[in-house]
Amino acid sequence: MSDKKSVDYSAFPDAQGHFGPFGGRFVSETLIGALDELQAMYSSLKDDPEFQAAFDYDLAHYVGRPSPLYLAERLTAEAGGARIWLKREDLNHTGAHKVNNTVGQALLAKHSGKRRVIAETGAGQHGVATATVAARLGLECAVYMGAEDVKRQSPNVYRMKLLGAEVIPVESGSKTLKDAMNEAMRDWVTNVDDTFYIIGTVAGPHPYPQLVRDFNSVIGREVRAQSLEEFGRLPDALVACVGGGSNAIGLFHPFLSDSDVKMYGVEAGGEGLASGHHAAPLNDGVPGVLHGNRTYLMEDDDGQIIETHSVSAGLDYPGVGPEHAWLKDIGRVDYVVADDQEALNAFRMLTRKEGILPALESSHAVAYALKLAAGMSPEQNIVVNLSGRGDKDIFTVAAIDGIEV
Amino acid sequence: MTQDNRIDRRFARLREEGRKALVTYLVAGDGGPENTVPLMHQLVTSGADLIELGVPFSDPMAEGPAIQRGHERALEHKTSLRKCLEMVREFRREDGQTPVILMGYANPIEKMGAEQFADAALEAGVDGALTVDLPAEEAGQLNGLLSERNLRNIFLLTPTTSDERIRAITGLASGFIYYVSLKGVTGAGNLDPEAVRTNLEHIRGFTELPLCVGFGIRDGASARAVSEAGDGAVVGSVLVSAIGEAADGTAARDAVAQLVGEIRGALDA
Repeated sequence: MSDKKSVDYSAFPDAQGHFGPFGGRFVSETLIGALDELQAMYSSLKDDPEFQAAFDYDLAHYVGRPSPLYLAERLTAEAGGARIWLKREDLNHTGAHKVNNTVGQALLAKHSGKRRVIAETGAGQHGVATATVAARLGLECAVYMGAEDVKRQSPNVYRMKLLGAEVIPVESGSKTLKDAMNEAMRDWVTNVDDTFYIIGTVAGPHPYPQLVRDFNSVIGREVRAQSLEEFGRLPDALVACVGGGSNAIGLFHPFLSDSDVKMYGVEAGGEGLASGHHAAPLNDGVPGVLHGNRTYLMEDDDGQIIETHSVSAGLDYPGVGPEHAWLKDIGRVDYVVADDQEALNAFRMLTRKEGILPALESSHAVAYALKLAAGMSPEQNIVVNLSGRGDKDIFTVAAIDGIEV
Repeated sequence: MTQDNRIDRRFARLREEGRKALVTYLVAGDGGPENTVPLMHQLVTSGADLIELGVPFSDPMAEGPAIQRGHERALEHKTSLRKCLEMVREFRREDGQTPVILMGYANPIEKMGAEQFADAALEAGVDGALTVDLPAEEAGQLNGLLSERNLRNIFLLTPTTSDERIRAITGLASGFIYYVSLKGVTGAGNLDPEAVRTNLEHIRGFTELPLCVGFGIRDGASARAVSEAGDGAVVGSVLVSAIGEAADGTAARDAVAQLVGEIRGALDA
């Protein structure tokens, strides 16, 4: 931990996709050819000025970037400490940070000449973002979604169908996000000749954790510039929710070498860590192998992956991106939890105090920021990644309130 | 490798007899844990040369629907890696000859600890392991531990594996090579025997290990077609489906006996 200043974060992952002991490529030989092809294509394009220009253009004109950095004054007053700034990823087209990555991967898909894209989705945000870019590029699109999630998230299912995507309910395993990812991998290995797999988070086999991070790092780069403009220095702390961890790594990565910037990744505490009903592998899991990478996992004594719980479907995942696992172990980022109740309280508070309805995922970050701010001084600045808007969650919240919408 | 083991002896004998290997797969605990060892004996009686015992995992990413369901059924009976090893130990009480390979995923092994697993596998009478999600780049540690104990490391090769990788994988592999005959997951269709032949001939330029062909083999005719250019056929999904459909242990054994008997007959004809 003492030498964290000397770590060259840009050197990770290594050529085999490792972040220290985490990451890598734990897949059947049947998938290696497809991953090699993707990696070769990404390596040749990622520093290509033409590709970068196309990505930047889409972010500006299709996604609507840069997203604002907003000083939440009434929220700050409520916490009674450091100033709380919100990075407004909720204002992106489709309403979340997910589209940064799907726009980038869609450019890769287009470059590959494949006519079909597939995706896995939990709450449906990544599925919607994928169906959106597929519609724009005229690509066939199939989205795998756990049968349980299809029932719970019917508005997003319909959005995807309106966009022309086929939504395939997954009946295997626990019928949730992890099973949707298994099924998407099976589709990909079978149809690799004409299909591009757009993974939605910084997990999965190399090179996915790297490329999803790179596409989302626009968030942190903008926050750097906006912080200097708004308050003349870098933030004192960054806060983001962590399910798979794509919005968090997107915010954190451009700041990793700035050792004065503290970082907090907020996992879903569900009904509390002690209850066992949560989705906090970095706080209460162990290292293992799932979905093509080594990372912290929620598993039982036999090494079987267990079901997780969170009020927020987007955080309801038993693993986490391997770079987060590594950043935890080297002590660069603090991984903390906010439970269901704290997230719901933050959801209501932000809505009432600022007129911003946050996604339940992002509400976990807001909940922790409120606590963190209270212990800091009014001259200090916290940036919270408001990774998505909460319109999709009003049914969940209404149900908790006993109201039928 | 100085010592031979059951896998090597079995392939040597088959070669002498001019016969093809029939490798059969079932998921440990599928159809009820009490039926697994009797099913293994039935496979042997009906003509199987090697047994791949599938270790159930909650997320069997490389499997098609038939074998996925086998894993799910086995997990309903809480069939752990430890229990799989107990089953092999029990099988060995009556069968000291038939090679048994554990086929599964990395996480249950990581949970047990690679070294503990290697010790326990040797002690139980396992002859080799195929860990589906440990490709050559990630297999080093477990491979070394198994090799030190004279256990074999079975690897997959596919139609898309590059020459560079074939060289690396055959350098690590022992026992035999499992050639995946088509793109996709276990149980997929569309087998092309001519493409299989071409690829196997290519792979023989890299290794002298026996080559067994799997994925997409559902009956005697398809087994015979692919094994002509290879040293054996791997049959899994049809057996797992039959076990899933069987009303009880006796029916499962009868169904498996019929399928394996037919395939054995076609291979030997």
